[in-house]
Amino acid sequence: MAKKTLISAFAGTLILSASFSPAFARDQVQVAGSSTVLPYAKIVAENFGETFSQFKTPIIESGGSSAGLKEFCKGVGANTIDVANSSRQIKDSEVEACKANGVTEIQEVQIGYDGIVFATDINGPDFEIQPVDIYKALAAQVSVDGKLVPNPYKKWNEVNPAFPDWDIATYIPGEKHGTREVFETKLLEVGCEAAGDLEIRIASGMDKKAATTDCFAVRKDGAAVDIDGDYTETLARVDSNKNGVGVFGLAFYENNADKLKVATVDGIVPSTETIATGEYPVSRPLYFYVKKAHLGVIPGLKEYVEYFTSDSMIGPDSPLSEYGLVAAPDEEREAIRKSFMDGSTM
Amino acid sequence: MSNSVADTSTASSVTKKRDLNLKKRYAAERRFRAMGIGAIAIGLFFLAALLFTVVSKGYTAFWQTSIALEITFDEGVIDSAKKRVEDPNILLMANYPRLARNALQSQLGLEKPTKPILKQLDGMISNGVRVQLREMLLSDPTLMGKTQKVWVLAEANIDSAFKGQIDLSVAEKNRKVSDAQIGWIDDLNSKGLIAQKFNTGLFFNGASSRPEMAGMGAAIIGSFYMMLIVLIQALPIGVAASVYLEEFAPKNRWTDLIEVNINNLAAVPSIVYGLLGLALFINIAHLPRSASLVGGLVLTLITLPTIIIATRAALRAVPPSIRSAALGVGASKMQMVSHHVLPLAAPGILTGTIIGLAQALGETAPLLLIGMVAFVADFPLTPLDPATALPVQIFMWANEAERAFVERTSGAIIVLLMFLAVMNIAAIILRKRFERRW
Repeated sequence: MAKKTLISAFAGTLILSASFSPAFARDQVQVAGSSTVLPYAKIVAENFGETFSQFKTPIIESGGSSAGLKEFCKGVGANTIDVANSSRQIKDSEVEACKANGVTEIQEVQIGYDGIVFATDINGPDFEIQPVDIYKALAAQVSVDGKLVPNPYKKWNEVNPAFPDWDIATYIPGEKHGTREVFETKLLEVGCEAAGDLEIRIASGMDKKAATTDCFAVRKDGAAVDIDGDYTETLARVDSNKNGVGVFGLAFYENNADKLKVATVDGIVPSTETIATGEYPVSRPLYFYVKKAHLGVIPGLKEYVEYFTSDSMIGPDSPLSEYGLVAAPDEEREAIRKSFMDGSTM
Repeated sequence: MSNSVADTSTASSVTKKRDLNLKKRYAAERRFRAMGIGAIAIGLFFLAALLFTVVSKGYTAFWQTSIALEITFDEGVIDSAKKRVEDPNILLMANYPRLARNALQSQLGLEKPTKPILKQLDGMISNGVRVQLREMLLSDPTLMGKTQKVWVLAEANIDSAFKGQIDLSVAEKNRKVSDAQIGWIDDLNSKGLIAQKFNTGLFFNGASSRPEMAGMGAAIIGSFYMMLIVLIQALPIGVAASVYLEEFAPKNRWTDLIEVNINNLAAVPSIVYGLLGLALFINIAHLPRSASLVGGLVLTLITLPTIIIATRAALRAVPPSIRSAALGVGASKMQMVSHHVLPLAAPGILTGTIIGLAQALGETAPLLLIGMVAFVADFPLTPLDPATALPVQIFMWANEAERAFVERTSGAIIVLLMFLAVMNIAAIILRKRFERRW
């Protein structure tokens, strides 16, 4: 009997909720995804809402590239999101998952580039980093005298005598971040090759793919700390450990340049200019993905994408580049707009 | 005789022993009291540390720097081709920030500024000036061509500099405020044209990517809707469930099982309810994402066990003699409950409900999965519109890169703490006023 009461209470709630659904049609763009793209998307959404008074301001959810794409691939319809922000390209497995749920037409839009920088406390010494140093300091296994051993280095100056006598403490993006992928391919992989460790791994019987993946394994003895939160958490870590080295997005660093000192990579100081020209090696494109089936159904979606890709948002001297986005070259932006207009899908 | 001597001697030794014990027991009590005071002191210390860090970082968020500008609504800038009658979009799209920049430029007496100087001038005034001036002109078209004194918000970095939060000893290229801008701030300050005003926007604006315009308005409304939904659902359901379990249900294995489950549910991590809400309300019932209705339903599930447990305790505290008396004069069980037991238990039920609501007000984790951890700029008009919640707003601001959001994060925490304090004080007052003791 008592159980019945609870069940009927629960059922009542369900009926109450179900009775709302028929009246529901969305008139507001919904976006989710990467926390790296979030600040840019917020600026665009806010300006969009102010400029187009006939549309509501889009809703931008945070939560990470993977979570956003997962939500994106849940299906087509007003109770699924329209746009997924991502700090990496969509994976084949995710495209498959999308297809399985009926999201067959996905439009990819690239918005510009983001730099990944290393930074220490503002009063720290100058760091001049090569990818091979990062690999040697952070990989789980490195070669010593031609043999792979668990990473023996405890201090930065053991890795490279030019570095200070600091314990290695590096705060790197956690595995759920899109930034981690860039960190792996642009630093660990390059460093692994430069150190000759990739060959040693291949010689020991691994195929190339397995060897590369093995290069990505980061030491777990506390010298490399995964940060699953946002850059504010990394900043707080570097703030409390003055000998710590943190990995940040360029935009975040530029907003906190009075607290952080940036390291050079391959001798290049990261800046919007050096990233735009491609001199600074550690950068990646930022994307968002649009459900083509929602274009023309959700009011304002098409206009939002067009506004986002206009030069007044992603061009040089735009609010986004002021915040720290590295604008794509002129032809590339033209190509981005054209590809969206043509409706080309993946 | 010998016996009696022996008796007295043992008796005296016993009293002696007892005296010794007395001292020991006093000492033990003193130690126990000291430990108790120590425990309270530790609690108070951490509370004080929390309040100190939050208040010392956050109190500045309640004031916001504004600049007084003599704005000329220059037709040459807004509508040089004089086509606004045919095309109303011209008034919507016009370059209003230019008007503010021109006003600032003439106020500072800068003639023929270079491009970098113009950029720094733009950087003095919030971009929100576009909407502010546009609304002024749209509501009063006769302003065209006239000059009016308007207080506009200063840009967030200028605000931080004016509040003394920016370290000026850092090299100019590493800080967000240039030496020229500092000079202008001093100049405006000496003329009384820059001032800190109470930050009403913090309470009424929606979220914004510009720190100076960001507010908790959408979050406060979202939280209000959710609390309302929780109240109108969790209170009747919770009270009905507890009254039945306490007064009507037979005591057997089934009711024991239900009791264990309710106590268990009260301790389930709230993220689990978020997953349930996502599956049930969004994927099956097809309710809109990010809506406060869904948030309210999920929070109802979280609050229910708390309310049921508190209500059952309140019902049990009503003495059985009241029930017997009511039944004795011929009241039905239903009358006994509704005329006597429930009114007497009401203060306890209300206290439990308010504490449950306060707990729900502070939840963030379950809202993440139903899309309420989001940037919401527009006001939610109904519970079906996308909204966010107070603790979510704090979380979002804590992750912002700009320095000016640090004080806002703490400011929002202060506001949330005040809401919680008001609710908890209300619970105490209700209990004190209506409580009956036997």
